[in-house]
Amino acid sequence: MSEQKIIPARNPGQVAIAIVLLFGVGLLIYLVISSPFITWAAIPQFILDETVVDGIKLTILFTVLAMVISIVAGALLAMMRLASNPVLVNFAGLYIWFFRGTPLLVQIIFWFNIQLFIPSINLGFVVLDTNSVVTAFVAALLALSLNEAAYMAEIMRGGLMAVDSGQGEAAKALGYTPVQAMLRIIFPQALRVIIPPIGNQTISMLKTTSLVSVVAAQDLLTRVQNIYARNFLIIELLIVASIWYLLMTTVASGLQYLIERRLGRATYEAPAVWRAAMRILRSEGSKG
Amino acid sequence: MSMPVTPMVEAIDVRKSFGLLDVLKGITLSIQKGEVVCLLGPSGSGKSTFLRCVNHLERMTSGKLLVDGELIGYHQRADALYEMSGSELAVQRRDIGMVFQRFNLFANHNVLENISLAPILNRGVARKEAEADARRLLQMVDLEGRETAYPHQLSGGQQQRVAIARALAMKPKLMLFDEPTSALDPELVGEVLSVMRKLAQDGMTMLVVTHELSFAREVADRVIFMDQGVVVEEGPARSVIDTPQHERTQTFLRRMH
Repeated sequence: MSEQKIIPARNPGQVAIAIVLLFGVGLLIYLVISSPFITWAAIPQFILDETVVDGIKLTILFTVLAMVISIVAGALLAMMRLASNPVLVNFAGLYIWFFRGTPLLVQIIFWFNIQLFIPSINLGFVVLDTNSVVTAFVAALLALSLNEAAYMAEIMRGGLMAVDSGQGEAAKALGYTPVQAMLRIIFPQALRVIIPPIGNQTISMLKTTSLVSVVAAQDLLTRVQNIYARNFLIIELLIVASIWYLLMTTVASGLQYLIERRLGRATYEAPAVWRAAMRILRSEGSKG
Repeated sequence: MSMPVTPMVEAIDVRKSFGLLDVLKGITLSIQKGEVVCLLGPSGSGKSTFLRCVNHLERMTSGKLLVDGELIGYHQRADALYEMSGSELAVQRRDIGMVFQRFNLFANHNVLENISLAPILNRGVARKEAEADARRLLQMVDLEGRETAYPHQLSGGQQQRVAIARALAMKPKLMLFDEPTSALDPELVGEVLSVMRKLAQDGMTMLVVTHELSFAREVADRVIFMDQGVVVEEGPARSVIDTPQHERTQTFLRRMH
């Protein structure tokens, strides 16, 4: 007898839904492409426009600075939450409660308008006009960083708590000072729990920066808004912005994948960046 | 006339409570240099808590603890004891080795780093020297060739032997063992005990919380039996284990055999 073919069971329900989806998506694409109201030529015209490229640079700058500041602030907040002094613990708790509990958009507008109740900053030797210090850029960066720090604090606290308490005890018993125990033993182990969500937050931050356009902070979205305010090519320029946002998040996701794969490989070793930093610290220390 | 010898450990009325629960109700004891003392007793008797007070991993509620004549964890000023800062405590702990029930090897470091890092960082030993010393200690605990292994790649018995080597690398004058074999599979207990036996023969002062009666009987100079936060009975290992005087000791030992 010849071999019998095996035919897997069909799932007619899924087939039906797939057909509806294909039809719907096809229709949408058709509507967009065939629309006489979209000037397609505007997209290649503006995709590398100088203003747009400047906006991208600023969006990346906002993302990088906000992440760096929030990682440092978040680490401090996380350590405060885990400290023994009740004032530190409650300060960190209140901070996180407040900055996670109010909308980022509100925080951006708030920082931008801070001169309404603090019109000038007196440094003792010089009095500064608040408006000249807290520019749209500074207000936007403050809002993004301080808000993100609250989320970062919780991510880091989770990472620090995931490290077995016996690790810290062993370090103490071997005569590590509290700072050394944190830097050498606990934090490097917490990093592998902390890094994947930091990647997610960074990708999310690339898009979140678009909120700062409400204070005209000159990020990518602000720039395309400025352009379409003059030429009314709203959809075209939003498509331009979306292409760039997609490109940035895709690249960032790729980087995240590479980093996590590296981390996964040496499961118990501290990440290379951390070890390099420790080596530098060590050589500085032995010099002194 | 001979000078009075400073004991290695001297505990004076050490008390500890967790909230309303009194875990240590006044422990007074001393351990001489070179002595091997086993702390026996049912779980919850406070023996591990006492051990952890000796290097101030646990903060006692009242009392005094001296190691080699030095007050542990506090500065005595006038009539009060002021707790030391974290870095002052670190300095004191460098002379007191400790081995934990669950090994607690540093998961982010390999075997050689686990052993050599503390001497490099906390004693200022040169890396080369610290690593040579670590290799020598690995030989002593029968683990040559495992320098680059990470803790998760080792069996429990191997991890505990590395942990002993790690503690010894700091050249402590006193070694504390907190139930070092309780987390081990039965067939791995022997290899850890034999390392400890070697250490005892070399004259190390050891305070061991354990349930291994035969080890205590054979290796310890003295055993101290604790129950419900007090020392019930103490004396030469063989006599306490073979002919306990106190009724509570008798009940405990009967259940252990």
